[in-house]
Amino acid sequence: MSAAQHIETAAEPILTVRGVETFYGKIQALRGVDIDVNRGEIVTLIGANGAGKSTLMMTICGNPQARSGQIVYNGTDITTLPTHDIMSMSIAQSPEGRRIFPRMTVMENLQMGAILEDEKYFDDDLRKVFELFPRLKERRGQRGGTLSGGEQQMLAIGRALMSRPKLLLLDEPSLGLAPLVVKQIFEAIRELNINEGLTVFLVEQNAFHALRLAHRGYVMVNGSITMAGTGRELLAREEVRSAYLEGGAH
Amino acid sequence: MAEPTSAAANRPEGAERLSEDRRDAMRGEPPFVEAPSEDTRLVRSLKEAAITAGLVAVLTIFFFAFRTDIAVGGLQLSLDPMLWITWVAVAFAARFALSYFVFAGERPTVAGWKKVAASTRGWPVGKVFGVVLLLVALTLPILLSVFLPSQNRYLLDLAILILTYVMLGWGLNIVVGLAGLLDLGYVAFYAVGAYSFALLATNFDLGFWVCLPMAGLFAAMWGIVLGFPVLRLRGDYLAIVTLAFGEIIRIVLLNWYEFTGGPNGILGIPKPTLFGLEFSRGEGSFSDFFGLEYSTIQRFVFLYYIILALALLTNFVTMRMRKLPVGRAWEALREDEIACRSLGINTVNVKLTAFATGAMFGGFAGSFFATRQGFISPESFTFIESAIILAIVVLGGLGSQLGVVIASVVMIGGIELLRNLTGLQAIFGAGFDPTQYRMLIFGLAMVLIMVWKPRGLVSTRSPSAVYKEKKVIGADLVAQGEGH
Repeated sequence: MSAAQHIETAAEPILTVRGVETFYGKIQALRGVDIDVNRGEIVTLIGANGAGKSTLMMTICGNPQARSGQIVYNGTDITTLPTHDIMSMSIAQSPEGRRIFPRMTVMENLQMGAILEDEKYFDDDLRKVFELFPRLKERRGQRGGTLSGGEQQMLAIGRALMSRPKLLLLDEPSLGLAPLVVKQIFEAIRELNINEGLTVFLVEQNAFHALRLAHRGYVMVNGSITMAGTGRELLAREEVRSAYLEGGAH
Repeated sequence: MAEPTSAAANRPEGAERLSEDRRDAMRGEPPFVEAPSEDTRLVRSLKEAAITAGLVAVLTIFFFAFRTDIAVGGLQLSLDPMLWITWVAVAFAARFALSYFVFAGERPTVAGWKKVAASTRGWPVGKVFGVVLLLVALTLPILLSVFLPSQNRYLLDLAILILTYVMLGWGLNIVVGLAGLLDLGYVAFYAVGAYSFALLATNFDLGFWVCLPMAGLFAAMWGIVLGFPVLRLRGDYLAIVTLAFGEIIRIVLLNWYEFTGGPNGILGIPKPTLFGLEFSRGEGSFSDFFGLEYSTIQRFVFLYYIILALALLTNFVTMRMRKLPVGRAWEALREDEIACRSLGINTVNVKLTAFATGAMFGGFAGSFFATRQGFISPESFTFIESAIILAIVVLGGLGSQLGVVIASVVMIGGIELLRNLTGLQAIFGAGFDPTQYRMLIFGLAMVLIMVWKPRGLVSTRSPSAVYKEKKVIGADLVAQGEGH
């Protein structure tokens, strides 16, 4: 998708979350969450530990399912669909903790990402992933478990990209990585968004980097969205600065 | 502060310096290394051997030195020190040999092995070995009749037994090795296959070749029946349920007297035929048709080639499937189930296909077992069979096809070999019965293999996806127990 198209379709929502409530047993984790992700946008969700960010991500993926509310992807209600059906609808996820296959090689991991796709796209997609993360090409015969944390994160994103997604869900890609590597990863996400028009929904604790990268952002506290706005607006707001950025803006 | 010298300038400061010092110290500099002992190698080895012999003497005195016999008015205790002294002497000699030749060398013995390993690197040992094994397997009946005609029949029978376990091991390898689902009740599918064939053959007068696919299908169906309730289980919990499943099948076979014949089993299961030619004496038989002289060995050779073909089929299907999406999904499932689901893989289907495919091959092996024996009863399908098959898979190295073959030969062939170790009587006296020590030696061998090669005999796996060049991944790169 070219940049021009991306501007034309910017206001069209690809993912809509309305009044979603999710429970773990009796404990309510999400208390009526509303979120919109428009085509071609990078949207980020920030919040403290245990705010429910990952729960929202998992609820979008259908595990656990929302007890009430509605999640619509690309015009289809996916609220009650099983995970594997949701994930085969051009949504890809790089899950929390990366979850690459440790005993499989980098190549095999990437191949797993493309497992539901037509084989004819494989070579082309592989070339794109290797262009985006040249490190993965160097390490292609190595076991996933022997990669460094940053390389594993690249692999997790690369694996997600192999399924030719329109919407990429990223759960804390900066977790446990050195600042320089985080910068690389976020740079790659920006590139994907600009060059491929890929829509990205990013859950992050690293608020500074996430808000600088994102077009729009949401702030979650205790399972509810408390603030929303463009990345710049949120970065400028005093509440955000004091709660999430003090001492973290490096 | 004075200008530091260049050497000192390179030294880090503060905490880093401390940690570096500590690291240096760990590298084996004094005082962390034991003071080298004054003893020569001989004296040291003798000392260690003496300690070992003393331990063995204490530990085994009640088992070997004393004997209780039934006498008038109770038990009579008698002293029989010869066996005890023999064992102590064996322990002494073994420990001495180990200390003197292996442990106490100037350099660790391992280094030599590493050199050998390095010189053979880049040479596809596994592949060459596999091809040689295949050639031997294909020509075994001929080799045996040429080189060992006197024991031809016995060895061929043993080869058939080993191949049966190779096939079972390969079948279970799909479930345990590839999909990572620990199945302790695999023998259930073996039993289903055997009973399906036996019942179909005796009740409906069907032949082996008609029943074989049906038995496989029945077993696969039971694989799915087992698969459904255990979909949410993994690891220990899965093991318990599959164990129970294996026992349920056996107990049903034992108690459903009207259908299965209960403990009496099923008799008169027909032998397989070659395009309608029977392996018997007289008109219309194999030997009659080809104008050969009748010999019982012909039937053994035929059975041998059937099980070889079935085993090779199992291997072929497994190898093909590893390269297909479903096989790759099995392996991915073993690694990380959540990641699988996040890639859009339906884990329910993946698990069920693994169970069904593994069970199907178990069913094939079961029908072969039934036709070879001509008689089956629930006795043949106890838990120990599951345990042996699982041991073969684990000892061979989970997921390795070649490992299963080696482990089957070692385990099944080894058990047989130990039956015939009458030569040991020369050492331990005429009263020594090697069959009594069979399981002991067997257990010891398993412990040794697990100590020496904790990830199984063949612990490398070759990736199913390659980008230009192929690389074998060593198990030592990954922590033990990962990926289960």
